Amino acid sequence: MDLIKKVEQENMKENKPQFKVGDTVRVHVRVIEGKRERIQMFEGVVLKKQHGGINESFTVRKISSGVGVERTFPVHSPKVDQVDVIRKGKVRRAKLNYLRGRVGKAAKVKERV
Amino acid sequence: MKKAIIGKKIGMTQIFTENGTVVPVTVIEAGPCTILQKKTMENDGYEAVQLAFGDIKDKNVVKPVKGHYDKYGVGYKRTIREFRLDDCGPLESGQELKADVFEIGDKVDVSGKSKGKGYAGSIKRHGQQRGPMAHGSKYHRSPGSMGTSASPSRVLKGKKLPGQMGNKNVTALNLEVVKVDAENNLLLIKGAVPGPKGSVVSIKSSVKA
Repeated sequence: MDLIKKVEQENMKENKPQFKVGDTVRVHVRVIEGKRERIQMFEGVVLKKQHGGINESFTVRKISSGVGVERTFPVHSPKVDQVDVIRKGKVRRAKLNYLRGRVGKAAKVKERV
Repeated sequence: MKKAIIGKKIGMTQIFTENGTVVPVTVIEAGPCTILQKKTMENDGYEAVQLAFGDIKDKNVVKPVKGHYDKYGVGYKRTIREFRLDDCGPLESGQELKADVFEIGDKVDVSGKSKGKGYAGSIKRHGQQRGPMAHGSKYHRSPGSMGTSASPSRVLKGKKLPGQMGNKNVTALNLEVVKVDAENNLLLIKGAVPGPKGSVVSIKSSVKA
Protein backbone atom coordinates (compact mmCIF):
# COMPACT_ATOMS: atom_id res chain seq x y z
CA MET A 1 0.00 0.00 0.00
CA ASP A 2 2.87 2.34 0.81
CA LEU A 3 4.28 1.97 -2.68
CA ILE A 4 0.92 2.98 -4.17
CA LYS A 5 0.89 6.09 -1.95
CA LYS A 6 4.42 6.90 -3.06
CA VAL A 7 3.44 6.71 -6.73
CA GLU A 8 0.38 8.87 -6.08
CA GLN A 9 2.39 11.39 -4.09
CA GLU A 10 4.68 12.01 -7.05
CA ASN A 11 1.73 12.80 -9.29
CA MET A 12 -0.13 15.03 -6.84
CA LYS A 13 0.09 18.82 -6.66
CA GLU A 14 2.25 20.11 -3.83
CA ASN A 15 0.02 23.08 -3.14
CA LYS A 16 -3.51 21.80 -3.27
CA PRO A 17 -6.03 24.62 -3.76
CA GLN A 18 -7.75 25.36 -0.46
CA PHE A 19 -11.54 25.84 -0.50
CA LYS A 20 -14.60 24.36 1.15
CA VAL A 21 -17.99 23.11 0.05
CA GLY A 22 -20.34 26.09 -0.37
CA ASP A 23 -17.60 28.50 -1.39
CA THR A 24 -17.99 30.42 -4.61
CA VAL A 25 -14.88 29.76 -6.65
CA ARG A 26 -13.35 30.71 -9.98
CA VAL A 27 -11.60 27.76 -11.62
CA HIS A 28 -8.87 28.53 -14.14
CA VAL A 29 -8.98 25.73 -16.74
CA ARG A 30 -6.30 25.23 -19.37
CA VAL A 31 -7.86 24.78 -22.78
CA ILE A 32 -5.87 23.73 -25.83
CA GLU A 33 -7.25 25.02 -29.14
CA GLY A 34 -5.15 23.63 -31.96
CA LYS A 35 -1.66 24.66 -30.95
CA ARG A 36 -2.62 27.63 -28.79
CA GLU A 37 -3.24 27.27 -25.09
CA ARG A 38 -5.45 29.65 -23.14
CA ILE A 39 -7.10 29.86 -19.74
CA GLN A 40 -10.86 29.52 -19.44
CA MET A 41 -12.81 30.51 -16.32
CA PHE A 42 -15.59 28.58 -14.67
CA GLU A 43 -17.26 30.35 -11.77
CA GLY A 44 -19.82 28.90 -9.39
CA VAL A 45 -20.63 27.28 -6.05
CA VAL A 46 -18.70 24.18 -4.93
CA LEU A 47 -21.44 21.56 -4.70
CA LYS A 48 -19.35 18.69 -3.35
CA LYS A 49 -15.89 17.27 -2.94
CA GLN A 50 -15.40 13.58 -3.62
CA HIS A 51 -12.80 10.87 -3.05
CA GLY A 52 -9.31 11.48 -1.73
CA GLY A 53 -5.68 11.18 -2.69
CA ILE A 54 -5.00 11.51 -6.37
CA ASN A 55 -8.62 10.73 -7.28
CA GLU A 56 -9.95 13.77 -5.40
CA SER A 57 -12.42 15.85 -7.39
CA PHE A 58 -14.86 18.70 -6.86
CA THR A 59 -18.04 19.79 -8.59
CA VAL A 60 -18.86 23.42 -9.36
CA ARG A 61 -22.42 24.53 -10.17
CA LYS A 62 -23.45 27.74 -11.87
CA ILE A 63 -26.56 29.06 -13.56
CA SER A 64 -25.77 29.94 -17.15
CA SER A 65 -28.56 31.80 -18.99
CA GLY A 66 -31.21 30.19 -16.83
CA VAL A 67 -29.83 26.67 -17.13
CA GLY A 68 -27.93 24.94 -14.33
CA VAL A 69 -24.45 23.82 -15.41
CA GLU A 70 -22.25 21.56 -13.32
CA ARG A 71 -18.65 20.70 -14.03
CA THR A 72 -16.47 18.23 -12.13
CA PHE A 73 -12.71 18.77 -11.98
CA PRO A 74 -9.98 16.44 -10.68
CA VAL A 75 -8.11 18.50 -8.06
CA HIS A 76 -4.69 17.22 -9.15
CA SER A 77 -5.22 17.53 -12.90
CA PRO A 78 -2.68 19.73 -14.66
CA LYS A 79 -5.62 21.20 -16.59
CA VAL A 80 -6.86 22.88 -13.40
CA ASP A 81 -4.43 25.77 -13.26
CA GLN A 82 -5.67 27.66 -10.23
CA VAL A 83 -8.75 27.94 -8.02
CA ASP A 84 -9.65 31.35 -6.53
CA VAL A 85 -12.12 31.63 -3.67
CA ILE A 86 -14.39 34.60 -4.37
CA ARG A 87 -16.81 34.20 -1.48
CA LYS A 88 -16.88 31.85 1.48
CA GLY A 89 -20.16 30.03 2.09
CA LYS A 90 -21.84 28.98 5.31
CA VAL A 91 -23.29 25.50 4.90
CA ARG A 92 -24.23 22.64 7.23
CA ARG A 93 -23.84 19.80 4.78
CA ALA A 94 -20.94 18.13 2.91
CA LYS A 95 -22.97 17.71 -0.29
CA LEU A 96 -25.17 20.56 -1.46
CA ASN A 97 -27.34 18.50 -3.79
CA TYR A 98 -30.41 20.37 -2.50
CA LEU A 99 -29.31 23.39 -4.56
CA ARG A 100 -30.27 21.53 -7.74
CA GLY A 101 -33.97 21.72 -6.98
CA ARG A 102 -33.94 25.41 -6.16
CA VAL A 103 -33.96 28.56 -8.26
CA GLY A 104 -33.39 32.23 -7.60
CA LYS A 105 -32.92 33.43 -4.06
CA ALA A 106 -33.62 29.99 -2.55
CA ALA A 107 -30.53 28.63 -4.29
CA LYS A 108 -28.30 31.14 -2.54
CA VAL A 109 -25.67 30.06 0.00
CA LYS A 110 -25.23 32.29 3.05
CA GLU A 111 -21.90 34.00 3.43
CA ARG A 112 -19.49 32.88 6.14
CA VAL A 113 -17.97 35.84 7.91
CA MET B 1 15.41 -7.31 -28.51
CA LYS B 2 13.05 -9.19 -26.23
CA LYS B 3 13.22 -8.42 -22.55
CA ALA B 4 11.70 -10.08 -19.50
CA ILE B 5 11.43 -9.65 -15.75
CA ILE B 6 9.46 -11.06 -12.82
CA GLY B 7 7.51 -8.75 -10.49
CA LYS B 8 4.95 -8.46 -7.76
CA LYS B 9 1.60 -6.81 -8.39
CA ILE B 10 1.18 -3.94 -5.92
CA GLY B 11 -2.19 -2.53 -7.00
CA MET B 12 -3.88 -0.03 -9.26
CA THR B 13 -4.06 3.75 -9.27
CA GLN B 14 -4.21 6.53 -11.83
CA ILE B 15 -1.79 9.20 -12.99
CA PHE B 16 -2.11 12.33 -15.11
CA THR B 17 -0.30 12.93 -18.38
CA GLU B 18 1.06 16.37 -19.24
CA ASN B 19 -2.02 17.33 -21.23
CA GLY B 20 -4.33 16.33 -18.39
CA THR B 21 -5.66 12.94 -19.48
CA VAL B 22 -5.98 10.36 -16.74
CA VAL B 23 -4.23 7.02 -17.31
CA PRO B 24 -5.25 3.99 -15.23
CA VAL B 25 -2.09 2.13 -14.23
CA THR B 26 -1.07 -1.04 -12.42
CA VAL B 27 1.94 -0.64 -10.15
CA ILE B 28 4.33 -3.60 -10.32
CA GLU B 29 7.41 -4.05 -8.17
CA ALA B 30 9.64 -5.57 -10.85
CA GLY B 31 12.95 -7.02 -9.81
CA PRO B 32 15.65 -7.18 -8.66
CA CYS B 33 15.90 -10.52 -10.45
CA THR B 34 19.03 -12.63 -10.62
CA ILE B 35 19.88 -14.72 -13.64
CA LEU B 36 20.44 -18.40 -12.89
CA GLN B 37 20.87 -20.94 -15.63
CA LYS B 38 21.34 -19.95 -19.25
CA LYS B 39 19.98 -22.62 -21.56
CA THR B 40 21.87 -22.89 -24.83
CA MET B 41 21.31 -24.48 -28.21
CA GLU B 42 24.19 -26.95 -27.73
CA ASN B 43 23.25 -28.10 -24.25
CA ASP B 44 19.47 -27.90 -24.13
CA GLY B 45 18.28 -27.58 -27.71
CA TYR B 46 16.81 -24.10 -27.18
CA GLU B 47 17.81 -20.70 -25.84
CA ALA B 48 16.37 -19.38 -22.58
CA VAL B 49 17.27 -17.72 -19.29
CA GLN B 50 16.07 -18.56 -15.80
CA LEU B 51 15.23 -15.59 -13.60
CA ALA B 52 14.78 -15.71 -9.82
CA PHE B 53 12.79 -13.16 -7.83
CA GLY B 54 11.45 -12.48 -4.31
CA ASP B 55 12.77 -12.73 -0.77
CA ILE B 56 12.71 -16.03 1.10
CA LYS B 57 14.19 -17.30 4.36
CA ASP B 58 17.12 -19.62 3.72
CA LYS B 59 15.60 -22.39 5.86
CA ASN B 60 12.53 -22.53 3.60
CA VAL B 61 14.52 -23.39 0.47
CA VAL B 62 14.60 -27.12 -0.20
CA LYS B 63 17.97 -28.77 -0.71
CA PRO B 64 17.72 -29.62 -4.44
CA VAL B 65 16.80 -26.02 -5.23
CA LYS B 66 19.59 -24.76 -2.96
CA GLY B 67 22.05 -26.78 -5.00
CA HIS B 68 20.78 -25.13 -8.18
CA TYR B 69 21.26 -21.64 -6.73
CA ASP B 70 24.71 -22.48 -5.30
CA LYS B 71 25.88 -23.55 -8.75
CA TYR B 72 25.64 -19.91 -9.87
CA GLY B 73 26.77 -18.45 -6.53
CA VAL B 74 23.69 -16.23 -6.02
CA GLY B 75 21.40 -15.63 -3.03
CA TYR B 76 18.21 -17.67 -2.62
CA LYS B 77 14.98 -16.32 -4.05
CA ARG B 78 11.34 -17.39 -3.92
CA THR B 79 10.31 -17.82 -7.55
CA ILE B 80 12.16 -19.16 -10.59
CA ARG B 81 10.76 -18.58 -14.06
CA GLU B 82 12.22 -19.35 -17.44
CA PHE B 83 11.96 -17.01 -20.43
CA ARG B 84 12.72 -17.87 -24.04
CA LEU B 85 14.22 -14.72 -25.48
CA ASP B 86 15.46 -14.20 -29.03
CA ASP B 87 18.92 -13.19 -27.95
CA CYS B 88 20.23 -14.28 -24.55
CA GLY B 89 23.81 -13.37 -25.50
CA PRO B 90 24.40 -10.25 -23.38
CA LEU B 91 22.86 -11.84 -20.26
CA GLU B 92 25.21 -13.65 -17.89
CA SER B 93 24.52 -16.00 -14.99
CA GLY B 94 24.66 -14.19 -11.64
CA GLN B 95 23.80 -10.85 -13.24
CA GLU B 96 21.07 -8.75 -11.64
CA LEU B 97 18.13 -7.33 -13.62
CA LYS B 98 16.19 -4.27 -12.47
CA ALA B 99 13.00 -2.59 -13.58
CA ASP B 100 14.95 -0.33 -15.95
CA VAL B 101 15.36 -3.14 -18.51
CA PHE B 102 12.06 -1.72 -19.81
CA GLU B 103 11.63 1.80 -21.13
CA ILE B 104 8.69 4.16 -21.27
CA GLY B 105 6.49 3.32 -24.25
CA ASP B 106 7.47 -0.36 -24.46
CA LYS B 107 4.66 -2.81 -25.20
CA VAL B 108 4.57 -5.76 -22.83
CA ASP B 109 2.62 -8.93 -22.09
CA VAL B 110 1.93 -9.57 -18.42
CA SER B 111 1.10 -13.10 -17.23
CA GLY B 112 -0.10 -14.14 -13.82
CA LYS B 113 -2.49 -16.46 -12.07
CA SER B 114 -6.01 -15.02 -12.13
CA LYS B 115 -8.19 -14.65 -9.05
CA GLY B 116 -9.94 -17.92 -8.23
CA LYS B 117 -13.74 -17.81 -8.36
CA GLY B 118 -14.27 -21.47 -7.35
CA TYR B 119 -16.87 -23.73 -8.96
CA ALA B 120 -18.98 -21.24 -10.90
CA GLY B 121 -22.21 -21.68 -12.85
CA SER B 122 -22.47 -21.05 -16.57
CA ILE B 123 -23.97 -17.57 -16.07
CA LYS B 124 -20.96 -16.25 -14.16
CA ARG B 125 -18.41 -18.39 -16.00
CA HIS B 126 -19.53 -17.95 -19.60
CA GLY B 127 -21.86 -14.95 -19.41
CA GLN B 128 -24.98 -16.90 -20.36
CA GLN B 129 -28.48 -15.51 -19.80
CA ARG B 130 -30.70 -16.56 -16.93
CA GLY B 131 -34.37 -17.48 -17.13
CA PRO B 132 -37.20 -15.49 -15.57
CA MET B 133 -37.19 -15.58 -11.76
CA ALA B 134 -41.01 -15.33 -11.40
CA HIS B 135 -44.30 -15.66 -13.35
CA GLY B 136 -44.37 -19.42 -12.72
CA SER B 137 -40.98 -19.99 -14.32
CA LYS B 138 -38.99 -22.92 -12.93
CA TYR B 139 -35.97 -22.22 -15.14
CA HIS B 140 -33.59 -19.85 -13.35
CA ARG B 141 -29.83 -20.35 -13.67
CA SER B 142 -29.38 -23.77 -15.31
CA PRO B 143 -27.02 -24.23 -18.28
CA GLY B 144 -29.95 -25.12 -20.59
CA SER B 145 -30.08 -27.69 -23.36
CA MET B 146 -27.22 -30.17 -23.72
CA GLY B 147 -27.73 -30.33 -27.48
CA THR B 148 -29.49 -32.61 -29.96
CA SER B 149 -31.03 -35.96 -29.02
CA ALA B 150 -30.59 -39.26 -30.91
CA SER B 151 -27.79 -38.02 -33.10
CA PRO B 152 -25.11 -37.74 -31.88
CA SER B 153 -26.65 -38.99 -28.58
CA ARG B 154 -23.81 -37.48 -26.60
CA VAL B 155 -22.81 -34.01 -25.39
CA LEU B 156 -20.46 -32.28 -27.81
CA LYS B 157 -16.94 -31.45 -26.63
CA GLY B 158 -16.43 -27.87 -25.49
CA LYS B 159 -20.06 -27.44 -24.34
CA LYS B 160 -20.13 -24.48 -21.96
CA LEU B 161 -20.96 -25.87 -18.52
CA PRO B 162 -20.33 -25.01 -14.87
CA GLY B 163 -16.86 -25.66 -13.48
CA GLN B 164 -13.75 -24.13 -11.94
CA MET B 165 -13.42 -20.46 -12.84
CA GLY B 166 -10.25 -18.44 -12.43
CA ASN B 167 -7.07 -19.55 -10.64
CA LYS B 168 -5.42 -20.29 -13.95
CA ASN B 169 -2.66 -18.64 -15.93
CA VAL B 170 -3.81 -15.61 -17.90
CA THR B 171 -1.78 -13.24 -20.09
CA ALA B 172 -2.80 -9.65 -20.72
CA LEU B 173 -1.42 -8.73 -24.14
CA ASN B 174 0.09 -5.55 -25.54
CA LEU B 175 0.03 -3.27 -22.49
CA GLU B 176 2.02 -0.04 -22.48
CA VAL B 177 4.75 0.84 -20.00
CA VAL B 178 3.80 4.30 -18.76
CA LYS B 179 6.58 4.93 -16.28
CA VAL B 180 9.76 3.27 -15.03
CA ASP B 181 11.12 4.00 -11.56
CA ALA B 182 14.56 2.37 -11.43
CA GLU B 183 15.26 3.57 -7.90
CA ASN B 184 12.29 1.77 -6.32
CA ASN B 185 12.13 -0.93 -9.02
CA LEU B 186 8.62 0.07 -10.01
CA LEU B 187 6.92 -0.38 -13.36
CA LEU B 188 3.70 1.45 -14.14
CA ILE B 189 1.75 -0.43 -16.77
CA LYS B 190 -1.36 0.94 -18.43
CA GLY B 191 -4.48 -1.08 -17.68
CA ALA B 192 -5.26 -4.10 -15.55
CA VAL B 193 -3.09 -7.14 -14.98
CA PRO B 194 -4.21 -10.67 -14.00
CA GLY B 195 -4.14 -11.82 -10.39
CA PRO B 196 -4.73 -10.43 -6.89
CA LYS B 197 -2.51 -7.82 -5.22
CA GLY B 198 0.77 -9.32 -4.04
CA SER B 199 0.78 -12.07 -6.66
CA VAL B 200 3.78 -12.82 -8.84
CA VAL B 201 3.54 -11.73 -12.47
CA SER B 202 5.98 -12.14 -15.33
CA ILE B 203 6.47 -9.27 -17.72
CA LYS B 204 7.77 -9.86 -21.21
CA SER B 205 8.14 -7.83 -24.41
CA SER B 206 4.88 -8.17 -26.32
CA VAL B 207 4.48 -10.80 -29.02
CA LYS B 208 2.40 -8.22 -30.90
CA ALA B 209 5.00 -5.45 -30.83
